[in-house]
Amino acid sequence: MNRIINKAKLSEEVYMIRVEAPLIAQERRPGQFVILQLDSDFGERIPLTIADADSVEGSITLIFQVVGKTTHKLADLEEGEIIENLVGPLGKPTDIAKFGTVVCVGGGIGVAPLHPIAQGMKRAGNYLVTILGARQRDLVILEDRMKAVSDELIVCTDDGSYGRKALVTEPLKELCERATAPNLVVAIGPPIMMKFCAETTRPYGIHTVVSLNAIMMDGTGMCGGCRVTVGGKAMFTCVDGPEFDGHLVDFDGFMKRLGAYRKQEEDAHEQCHLDMAAQRKEAGQ
Amino acid sequence: MHTNNAILTWQRSEKKLGSEFHMSHKTRDQLRDEAGKILADLLNRKDPLKPKDRLAIPSQDMPAQDAVQRRSNMNEVALGFSAEQAQVEALRCIQCRNAPCVKGCPVRIDIPGFVHAAAEGDFKKSIDIIKASSLLPSVCGRVCPQEAQCQLECTVGKTLKDVDKAVGIGRIERFVADLERESGAASLPFIKPETGKKVAVVGSGPAGITAAADIRREGHAVTVFEAFHKPGGVMVYGIPEFRLPKKIVEAEANALKAMGVELVTNFVVGRTRKLKDLIDKDGFDAIFIGSGAGLPKFLNIPGEDFAGVLSANEFLTRSNLMKAYDREKADTPIINARKVAVLGGGNVAMDSARTAVRLGADEVHLVYRRTEAEMPARVEEVQHAKEEGVIFHLLQNAKRILGNDAHQVIGMECLKYELGEPDDSGRRRPVVIAGSEFVIDVDAVIVAIGNESNPLLKQTTPDLDTNKWGNIIADENGSTSLDRVYAGGDIVLGAATVILAMGQGRTAAAAINELLAQPHSVDPLVVASSTCLTGKVLL
Ligand SMILES: Cc1cc2nc3c(=O)[nH]c(=O)nc-3n(C[C@H](O)[C@H](O)[C@H](O)COP(=O)(O)OP(=O)(O)OC[C@H]3O[C@@H](n4cnc5c(N)ncnc54)[C@H](O)[C@@H]3O)c2cc1C
Ligand code: SF4
Ligand code: FES
Repeated sequence: MNRIINKAKLSEEVYMIRVEAPLIAQERRPGQFVILQLDSDFGERIPLTIADADSVEGSITLIFQVVGKTTHKLADLEEGEIIENLVGPLGKPTDIAKFGTVVCVGGGIGVAPLHPIAQGMKRAGNYLVTILGARQRDLVILEDRMKAVSDELIVCTDDGSYGRKALVTEPLKELCERATAPNLVVAIGPPIMMKFCAETTRPYGIHTVVSLNAIMMDGTGMCGGCRVTVGGKAMFTCVDGPEFDGHLVDFDGFMKRLGAYRKQEEDAHEQCHLDMAAQRKEAGQ
Repeated sequence: MHTNNAILTWQRSEKKLGSEFHMSHKTRDQLRDEAGKILADLLNRKDPLKPKDRLAIPSQDMPAQDAVQRRSNMNEVALGFSAEQAQVEALRCIQCRNAPCVKGCPVRIDIPGFVHAAAEGDFKKSIDIIKASSLLPSVCGRVCPQEAQCQLECTVGKTLKDVDKAVGIGRIERFVADLERESGAASLPFIKPETGKKVAVVGSGPAGITAAADIRREGHAVTVFEAFHKPGGVMVYGIPEFRLPKKIVEAEANALKAMGVELVTNFVVGRTRKLKDLIDKDGFDAIFIGSGAGLPKFLNIPGEDFAGVLSANEFLTRSNLMKAYDREKADTPIINARKVAVLGGGNVAMDSARTAVRLGADEVHLVYRRTEAEMPARVEEVQHAKEEGVIFHLLQNAKRILGNDAHQVIGMECLKYELGEPDDSGRRRPVVIAGSEFVIDVDAVIVAIGNESNPLLKQTTPDLDTNKWGNIIADENGSTSLDRVYAGGDIVLGAATVILAMGQGRTAAAAINELLAQPHSVDPLVVASSTCLTGKVLL
């Protein structure tokens, strides 16, 4: 259980691991996530969306960006090593159905959770347009996999080093103006990107689903740490989400709450770098 | 600077409280020696003790960690009786024939019986009597609201016209339970021969642990599924170390394992596996659900979505389960606030306030809508909180939370209240005093005003009937709307107590054992082929 079968580096900060997790692989549906913890006593619990699963092999694929102490340590685990605690699948699965034309917008690491959704939407018989956005060329991930399930694929980078030099909202707006406007937009990425995707589609009244990466503890609806205001009501991302109607989410409040522990997280990550450097030194490297 | 402030605050509130304490400031050794002398005197008397003599024995104070010292550590506050104190306290019991105390106990422990054994110094017999009715005496001896249960009814307390002078039933219970655990003498209960039947238990809180043990004793295989990475439920993530040391909960979980109960952590029933699949596909013959309370309530006031506002559940889980109080070692961050407000008046509010003190806040303000008399928290907890310098704001409530542009909390606007007519609960309803707004300077707000129910199982098991609050509907045996599925504890009662959860686990276990005693038609092939799912493969 929880053994890392395979590890690959997708870009400077982004890793992909395949983990032995037969029960999760069997039950998971697109849109769901896991919570993992590397040390039962002092580790923190972090949610990661399931990017893919293989129920025959009994494995799930996780893609993560090194942003803090835990993701840093996770990236340091080698093939064959064990993730101490892994629980899931959590959250409500995506509502996959035939809607007509579906646009999937993925920003940065958000392409990982988007992948199984795109796969599902394509299988359900939708015409699928995918927009991938990243800061620069080497941060574009899963392009081949997304291309394989999409009828059209548009790649944009902020600096123009690959694909169009644009923010994802630009092609999204163009799609909204097409004669056959999309019936559904699914946008997953940094909160600010999701916010502006929702703003882009709002005037056209196109239903826009976003997936929120809230701060979580239990992931089962106990602690309330993952709460977010949706349509003026407090909702809980782990049991009511992670997907919500992007037109109703209070993104500004959500972003502020995400930053609640930023200072402490940065300090911890910094300390983790120092500790690791010290360890390497001790090991005589 | 910081510590100075803390001590100042403490002195301030102690002065305010004056003579309210009946906690002893004597050391554990002093109390033991005093009790030793009393005991020697009592045992030397020629005539048997008459009720009058027993009533004259001084009630024994609980030795406690010094209030100033404990503000900066997580160690247990109440230190527990010595053998001498336990025996003296037990000698105060007059062995009422009608035993009113037993009627006050939700699980009907033979209180005069175990207290009598303790009075004779037979602590082994004493704990054995308790264990016939209660599975978690070390826990209950610490966290049960005895002053509202057994001790409220105690004749000694009534005669002396002071519930605090009742026989210290809980403290004796704690002593005999700790003695057994610490001596390693705890005997495993007898387990009947394997029946080949198996039962799933959802959740490892007091309800789940009790049900698992009682079902296992009948010889059925039991698997406990726990969503978290550690077993114990609220006992590990809610109730802090300083009130219930985690090693005690760990010992209870280990005792379960020693009985042959399989404990599977990181398993969310409903998500990792559907509830019904446990019966339909995995061959479980019955299920007990003890999934506990869920989603915290909020006040729905402006500013509640600011980053420095969090639920008590989140705050306590960070501190207890994730050990965030150990800022050096733990990866999980926790608020680092200077002035903290806690909203609420129950145990959860007290635990939050006292945890905030220990995390180093300069000021902790507890804001409660009614008066101290209506506080649902245990009296001992309220006292301890005051001793530790928590500043009580009674008949006040938050109106809105004030923040800056960065959505950080910078204060809380409150309203004053007065007590009006009694409401449905019989408590006098607090009525707002118009125009009484004022602001307290705080930089974090912890909301501890209660819980809704955990929505997850209902969401994933639509046929499972719940009431309008989302609690699972179960009859007096714990039976739910689904065949072979039972439930108990907070998920049925709403937020209740450890002992009530335990009692419900016990009742449901008895019903499950009865159900499984009846021959029923399960295809043995189905059972055999599906055992692999929850067998060792998982672990
Ligand atoms: C801070 C605090 C202080 C308290 N103080 C006291 C006190 O002093 N005295 C007292 O008597 N009571 C106290 N209580 C109340 C008491 O702790 C509870 O009533 C009691 O723990 C309820 O027991 P339970 O077994 O029903 O549920 P819990 O203890 O809540 O356990 C439920 C368990 O089920 C798990 N779970 C939930 N859903 C699933 C799922 N789908 N699959 C698998 N596992 C699942 C949870 O992770 C949890 O471990 C306090 C509560 C809190 C929060
Ligand atoms: S009511 Fe009090 S004095 Fe009477 S039997 Fe119970 S504990 Fe003893
Ligand atoms: S993570 Fe605790 S309620 Fe959602």
